[in-house]
Amino acid sequence: MAQASSNGQREVVIEARGIVVGFGSHIVLDHTDLDVYRGEILGFVGGSGAGKSVLMRTIIGLIPKRAGTIKVFGVNMGEASDVERRAVERRWGVLFQQGALFSSLTVMENLQFPVREYLDLSQRLLDDLAVAKLEMVGLDASVCNKFPSELSGGMTKRVALARALALDPEIVFLDEPTSGLDPIGAGDFDTLIATLQRTLGLTVFMVTHDLDSLHTVCDRIAVLAEGKVIAAGPMDTMLKSEHPWLKSYFRGKRSRAGYQPQGKAVT
Amino acid sequence: MVNRIACFQVFSSLGGRSAVGSVSETLLEETMQGDRLVLSGRGAWLAVAAHDLEATIESLIKKYPSVKTVAIDMSQVERLDTFGAWLLERLVRAFTRDGSKAEVTGLKDDYRALTEEVRKVKLEDIPPRTHGQTLAYALNAIGENIAAIGQSFAAMVNMLGALVVALVRVLSRPRSFRLTSMIHQLDNVAWRAVPIVLLITFLIGCIIAQQGLFHFRKFGADVYVVDMVGILVLRELGVLIVCIMVAGRSGSAYTAELGSMKMREEIDALRTMGFDPIEVLILPRVLALIIGVPILTFLGSMAALYGGGLVCWLYGGIDPDIFLSRLKEAIALNTFQVGMIKAPFMALVIGVVASVEGLAVKGSAESLGRQTTASVVESIFLVIVMDGIFAIFFASIGM
Ligand SMILES: Nc1ncnc2c1ncn2[C@@H]1O[C@H](COP(=O)(O)OP(=O)(O)OP(=O)(O)O)[C@@H](O)[C@H]1O
Ligand SMILES: [Mg+2]
Repeated sequence: MAQASSNGQREVVIEARGIVVGFGSHIVLDHTDLDVYRGEILGFVGGSGAGKSVLMRTIIGLIPKRAGTIKVFGVNMGEASDVERRAVERRWGVLFQQGALFSSLTVMENLQFPVREYLDLSQRLLDDLAVAKLEMVGLDASVCNKFPSELSGGMTKRVALARALALDPEIVFLDEPTSGLDPIGAGDFDTLIATLQRTLGLTVFMVTHDLDSLHTVCDRIAVLAEGKVIAAGPMDTMLKSEHPWLKSYFRGKRSRAGYQPQGKAVT
Repeated sequence: MVNRIACFQVFSSLGGRSAVGSVSETLLEETMQGDRLVLSGRGAWLAVAAHDLEATIESLIKKYPSVKTVAIDMSQVERLDTFGAWLLERLVRAFTRDGSKAEVTGLKDDYRALTEEVRKVKLEDIPPRTHGQTLAYALNAIGENIAAIGQSFAAMVNMLGALVVALVRVLSRPRSFRLTSMIHQLDNVAWRAVPIVLLITFLIGCIIAQQGLFHFRKFGADVYVVDMVGILVLRELGVLIVCIMVAGRSGSAYTAELGSMKMREEIDALRTMGFDPIEVLILPRVLALIIGVPILTFLGSMAALYGGGLVCWLYGGIDPDIFLSRLKEAIALNTFQVGMIKAPFMALVIGVVASVEGLAVKGSAESLGRQTTASVVESIFLVIVMDGIFAIFFASIGM
């Protein structure tokens, strides 16, 4: 595969091979292969309904696959025992497309829920850390006692990210983290993800349609179409590709390249 | 201690990316150099160690309340995450707040961004958790509940009015009536409920007859059991049992459906498209109940009489012929009418309560559960109250 050759020796943290997922007679993923390397921010793109969320959910283990293997941190998730699986799950955080905050818990309780489950910490430390995480994602302590239904769309996204980061995971899965945010907020979000990736050594699997995110923070981009990863590599590779879908996605009207035809990235 | 050990076992089985220190490893060492306190961090300051680290830090802060300068050497710290970074920040803040100078040295460059991030955290503005006084809280709760009863009564009257308006509007242009929706609801509410209603009313009929026979036999008044079964079932029990079942079965379903539509803004979406949610969602449901409950009441009463007759025959030795002729004498058409007249009114109450509670659902899953419970409890309560009012009414008009 393309992505294997361009990244010599780096450690693979997620290795998906020959994944087949379908609903009834509708095959969404058809022998999909994907590698995610440690410490990178992988942008995962594809048309609406291409199956990006489905692949993400399959890796996390929420959707059963018909064939293929998924290894996370070298653990084969299909064959792992419950204990091993739990151990892996503790090391990732997930931001769902709709936030998926617990509606009957306050923001504070939402953030503390996973921490309380896995670690034995004092209430004071829990409170401090919840506020610290909130401030890291650009909110402040005034939202602590709000319920999810009282938050705006962007705030929901941020709280959900804070919850995904609650246990300082090694991998975060983000499903369209910047959709529904204003451009400034989306930019901050990108910076934040880049900062967290740098400071915590995070591996980020990010499904996104935001070309700005793809340009600014993603180290590598993987493209899903017709149930397969048709290309993977850094932005330059995408921009150079002559594949019609990639061309219209990355060099279409709405892309940066489309706005500035003489841009350096375009050859 | 026990659960801390358990916690370490879990994490040692994780095979994490770095060696997690053993429990006994010291994470922070202290030495006094004159009036200077030197603290040197060691090992991995990660989430798993946060419990121990916090304890160490808190005891240090207590132990040296009046030290002038503090130097924190972080060069031996191999790993740091948000938990560790925050505890370091807390240590620094505690010493600087007491007027000492705290200095952090030797921090790896990789972690600088993280500690910067943590330094910006302002804790002062955590809104305090509200702890009211117990007595005040209790009084408050009583008051709120009473107000809530008043409000939900008002909401029911409102809903009734809105339903009448919607009905009038639909009658003026009958083509706009959602017939398909009503048929669908009728299928759910009435047709699918038939087996369970028949079964339960049949059993209740059997039980009443058996109990009646058992006790009446002592006075040699066996045959009056037929009167009792007939009157009780047709006037009261048939309709009550059916209404209680419908409230539990369909009222709760209505509340949950409307509530989750409310939660996901589907009702707002309807409204913005110019539809009246009452007309589109609630009217067909309530009409389906008003049509369905009398049918179920009729079927249920028949099943109960059948059950009663069967027990009289098999257990009491009263032949079916005798049972029927006795029944003819004991009951008149109005006995049957009394039960049937009540049915649509009770159906209306169930429908209105279910809709009001459904629309009262707020954003959370918990509130959906609460309103569904409230819907069932309130509608059963109101059905029984209505039954009492009807009893007084029928007695006074001699029916
Ligand atoms: N639970 C499900 N049952 C049936 N089909 C499903 C289910 N979940 C997803 N699908 C189908 O799988 C396909 C891929 O959906 P998916 O949610 O992965 O799209 P996506 O790539 O994330 O799109 P978007 O960018 O719009 O979020 C779609 O055709 C969708 O209809
Ligand atoms: Mg999606």
